[in-house]
Amino acid sequence: MTLHLEIWRQPGPEAGGGFVSYEMDDAVPDMSFLELLDVLNERLERAGEEPVAFEHDCREGICGSCGFLINGRAHGPLRGVTACQLHLRHFEDGERIVLEPWRARAFPVVKDLVVDRSAFDRVIQAGGFVSVNTGSAPEANALPVPRADSDRAMDAAACIGCGACVASCKNAAAMLFAGAKVTQLALLPQGAPERRRRAAAMVEAMDAAGFGNCTNERECEGDCPKDITFANIARLNREYLAAKLTR
Amino acid sequence: MAGIALDGKVPAGALGEKWSRHRFDVTLVNPANKRHYSVIVVGSGLAGASAAASLAELGYEVSCFCIQDSPRRAHSIAAQGGINAAKNYPNDGDSVYRLFYDTIKGGDYRSREANVYRLAEVSNAIIDQCVAQGVPFAREYSGLLANRSFGGAQVSRTFYARGQTGQQLLLGAYSALSRQIGLGAVTMHPRHEMLELVVIDGVARGIVTRDLVTGRLHSHAADAVVLATGGYGNLYYLSTNAMASNVTATWRAHKRGALFANPCFVQIHPTCIPVSGAHQSKLTLMSESLRNDGRVWVPRTQGDTRAPAGIPEAERNYYLEERYPAFGNLVPRDVASRAAKEVCDRGYGVGATGQAVYLDLRDAIDRVGRTAVEQKYGNLFQMYEQITGEDAYQTPMRIYPAVHYTMGGLWVDYNLMSTVPGLFVLGEANFSDHGANRLGASALMQGLADGYFVLPATIGSYLAEGARAPAGTDHAAFRAAEQDAEQRSRRLLEVSGNQPVDHFHRELGRIMWDRCGMSRNADGLREAAARIPELRERFWREVNVPGSGGDLNQPLERAGRVADFLEFAEVVIQDALARNESCGSHFREEHQSEDNEALRNDADYAYVAAWEHRGVGEPAVLHREPLEFEEVHPTVRSYK
Repeated sequence: MTLHLEIWRQPGPEAGGGFVSYEMDDAVPDMSFLELLDVLNERLERAGEEPVAFEHDCREGICGSCGFLINGRAHGPLRGVTACQLHLRHFEDGERIVLEPWRARAFPVVKDLVVDRSAFDRVIQAGGFVSVNTGSAPEANALPVPRADSDRAMDAAACIGCGACVASCKNAAAMLFAGAKVTQLALLPQGAPERRRRAAAMVEAMDAAGFGNCTNERECEGDCPKDITFANIARLNREYLAAKLTR
Repeated sequence: MAGIALDGKVPAGALGEKWSRHRFDVTLVNPANKRHYSVIVVGSGLAGASAAASLAELGYEVSCFCIQDSPRRAHSIAAQGGINAAKNYPNDGDSVYRLFYDTIKGGDYRSREANVYRLAEVSNAIIDQCVAQGVPFAREYSGLLANRSFGGAQVSRTFYARGQTGQQLLLGAYSALSRQIGLGAVTMHPRHEMLELVVIDGVARGIVTRDLVTGRLHSHAADAVVLATGGYGNLYYLSTNAMASNVTATWRAHKRGALFANPCFVQIHPTCIPVSGAHQSKLTLMSESLRNDGRVWVPRTQGDTRAPAGIPEAERNYYLEERYPAFGNLVPRDVASRAAKEVCDRGYGVGATGQAVYLDLRDAIDRVGRTAVEQKYGNLFQMYEQITGEDAYQTPMRIYPAVHYTMGGLWVDYNLMSTVPGLFVLGEANFSDHGANRLGASALMQGLADGYFVLPATIGSYLAEGARAPAGTDHAAFRAAEQDAEQRSRRLLEVSGNQPVDHFHRELGRIMWDRCGMSRNADGLREAAARIPELRERFWREVNVPGSGGDLNQPLERAGRVADFLEFAEVVIQDALARNESCGSHFREEHQSEDNEALRNDADYAYVAAWEHRGVGEPAVLHREPLEFEEVHPTVRSYK
């Protein structure tokens, strides 16, 4: 099949960028989207040109490295799928496809489709953990956790930190990302002692990193490759409010 | 290093008491003094992140490096199935001793007893630790932790978080690491690749890294260096490893004096999605937990092209159940992989390429219903459909073995220290614990055991006992190492040939897979050994690495890693040739029984093969660490 790609090329953080067109007439429906970029890049490398920089690692949808906007949608048109697991059989022969990096103040472009997502790490460093040192843990079964709570904690913990939620949000908010972690740990008794402090610290770190605020449009939920639900944001707000009221 | 005697430093005493005695015997570092010792941790997967966090909690000054944009992305994240521990919650007869015994037997008696016993011993504390961190393991309605049987075990000792156990454990370790970064106790360097180990007076004193965004080289000095840089499965080009997984850090350390042990022990995982075409960039694992409920079969007629649903029961060959009635579909990975290769080589394979067998969950769906199967394996079925476009609820999955894990790695003693004093190696990067074959759900256990519990206990002795002169990054050895790294990058950029890096990587992978893969023979290995230097030479003549060394340059990163694989391949082949027996993952066709089972040779090969580097293209020198079995008696590993 043939695909017409329009790819955002930007040599570095300070440089200007723009779209460059590439004709791909050797695409195969069984290829993943990243394999299509591999083919393009091999062609460019053979010609001595710089290949398109894009982030990727596990190619199984779990590491969270990959991701860019495909026709304006984070990770492309399919729900619940990362770019690496998106196969070309979901595109039409002859289709024109536009690729752009995540666009957010907190995620500056490094090169081409690669952005700097270290702001996410800073949000976790602020409080996305249980303060337990190695060796000080009680027997694992000492504290039963209702299965429903554990399951919901797992639903939230499935977040891969890819940044699609930020990219799809018109405010570039990171509330789905932070909400998922806050929810996971608030639902478990192990995380309960720090829940208030955690929510307050993570929200503060989000603000400091330059992420926007949620205005309830749920774009993040629609584009999340791991189906993290909007309810996580509601919980973040509740935890944050409680933290502020009980301080 | 001629005549070097490999001392595993296994503590004296009864097997069950060695670790606790050793922990008493090690020299402790005064809490107030710990901050005066600096430790570099390279890698942020399960082993690296858990080590960095735990060392920082103890008070050491830690810096941690990873090649990804965040420590949360290390390849440990992709582990699906679970983590073993000897909790015996299901009351089905498990114990520390049984976990030890299964692991050493599963490894085909090619690992050190004391290490494996310790691994089983600390397994329970790992589960406690992870639960306390908020890892959402699967639970029963009682609220207590759930277990399942996994990958060849006859007890249910595997803890899991849906099909994402590696992700959840890594995020747990990452959260502990993040907490220490936030506290200022760990300095994190993401997007940094270690290019050199710096050895001064025979002792590891630091590393040289390349900042992958700016291209700048940096020297980092410390009192000890810890490598937790994972395995080398990408030597084979196609594997289930993440794209960036590589041998560079361990190979560069090897070239500076660390012996490389058992490099030919490469695990081929039986249940992966088959190759679909030439564009294939990596292979995807289907968790072998599917083998708990799935049945593996091929048609009884060669070249049978009927749709699987149209093949009646009598014309299906459930070859694992027939050949291994006791274990059936749950035989260990090496046995299952080889059996799949055999039926496909004999023309019974299915799918477009004939390089696949069926993994069929039809009977399980009939027995417990689709909903129950969906709850257990839903995400795997979904992943299968995304990749193949087929619905595995309707038609059986097609699977084929693929390179998955490397048991070989840098040689370490009981303290996890390599042959270079001050250089410690953890997780998949070292050779210990899994022998010639790793059992399912044991990699996560080992990575976390090394990082949370073993290294923090053993590194103190080294730091406290060695009186070393300070060596800062202004030392000439750092300048020299920087120059070496700089020169190599420049050489890669200057070749200006006309072939992309992957062209060579693919060819290397094909040679290794065909000649040094699931089964090997002397002729094939010799042929491979002859082709590698020729390929390496062509690489350095024809590769094209565009761009400059002064910014983010992904082809340059890949070129450096492939260049190292092209050197490393030779010692893998040399090791495979020198081991004239079949054991675990290493199946030498010359050494098999009449019914094609592996023939191990304990009289001549019950040793760890540790190789010393003598220069690129020069044969490595073999050093042997004999394996002594005081507790278990090596038997023929039978799963019939």
